[in-house]
Amino acid sequence: MTAPGALLERVCSVRGIRGAVLVSAADGLVVAESLMAGVDGRAVAALAASLVNRLGRAVEAAGRRAPLFVQLAAESGSVLAVVCGSELVLVAVTSPDANIGLARLELLEAAGRLA
Amino acid sequence: MAEDIRAMTAELAADPASLVFLELGETLRRRGQLQAAFKVARNGVARYPELAAAHDLAARILADRGELDRAFEAWVTALKHDPALLGAHKGLGFLYYRAGDLASAEKHLAYVVEADAGDAGTSAALAKVREEQSAGLPDGPTAGVLAPPGEPDRRSEPASFAPSGRPAVQDELPFSFEEPSAARLDDTVFAGLEGGSDSLLLVDANGLRLGGGLRSPAGHDVADAVAAQLSGVSKEAARAARLLALGEWRGLAVESPDGNLYLTAPTAGSLLLTARGPELPMGRVARLAERAAGAARRWLEGIR
Repeated sequence: MTAPGALLERVCSVRGIRGAVLVSAADGLVVAESLMAGVDGRAVAALAASLVNRLGRAVEAAGRRAPLFVQLAAESGSVLAVVCGSELVLVAVTSPDANIGLARLELLEAAGRLA
Repeated sequence: MAEDIRAMTAELAADPASLVFLELGETLRRRGQLQAAFKVARNGVARYPELAAAHDLAARILADRGELDRAFEAWVTALKHDPALLGAHKGLGFLYYRAGDLASAEKHLAYVVEADAGDAGTSAALAKVREEQSAGLPDGPTAGVLAPPGEPDRRSEPASFAPSGRPAVQDELPFSFEEPSAARLDDTVFAGLEGGSDSLLLVDANGLRLGGGLRSPAGHDVADAVAAQLSGVSKEAARAARLLALGEWRGLAVESPDGNLYLTAPTAGSLLLTARGPELPMGRVARLAERAAGAARRWLEGIR
């Protein structure tokens, strides 16, 4: 397993990603973070974990397996979340001009190394 | 207290209007905590007297408690609010069978099988009922060899329930078994859109289904269960976007190994789920969702 800090730095090197946080899925607490100024890592962690958990229940009710990737798209950017095993969620906050496809690939690769 | 029950109890305490009571009540029932389950269901029925799923939950608990007459009433009430609710049809099919009314049992179970061909348990029950009908077994309470919905076999229990003197089910329930689609939810919301009845689901802010439908990859009707789970998603997405200074939220893309789902809010008080298999890229699912959201907006404006 690669050190989380190095993986988060790599994720943040993708254009348009303003920060990345590794979150405990159960309680929404920050495990590791790499953030630009103005991004509240604790808020990102808590909100993303809560949303992923809620969506997980909905997906389960729909007879599908747990989500691997979630994107909350908003007018001024997105929150991307990738589930790493059963305990961690890797979350990134992007600006509106980010390449979401590239960011998604980078997050999935990082999550694979963290799991 | 198990962690999942504790979490749902806390969620319900924080938001008494939450539809999580449906999941909480069912979880308690499955674990045999019938008194607590019934309390949850009773409060849910009081808050949402027109929610068929709440009456269905109460009926299942009452059936578990052996109060079959009350369970019957609850399932009939559920069907008055949602004539297509399969759980209530299963329950009534079970009760009529126990009472020896094979014709009514057959009608309810056949309705379920017609709507959900993948329900192997109900298909087997229906076959059993038809076998007994063709064998010309006499009327009267049977030995109760059918299990109630979602329950283990109860063949050792006496058949104590007999809704004698009740009108035939066709007269009692507000729909015709021969034309099951006639009383279903309005299916015109997504008319002309692919998957309008099984992969486009429109719900209101309380998690109640407004239109469309949803089936699991295995073919089961999961629309109401998913609708209930979606009750707080819109608010939570809006809150997250606001607190992270991202402005208004526009959509939620969810990738599962079994498919891609996209959530969007056609109006402030509604939420639309678009579901497709994993073979369709998320970008195309989002485009489909946009079109479906337009249809939903027009439909919602039309009924105002």
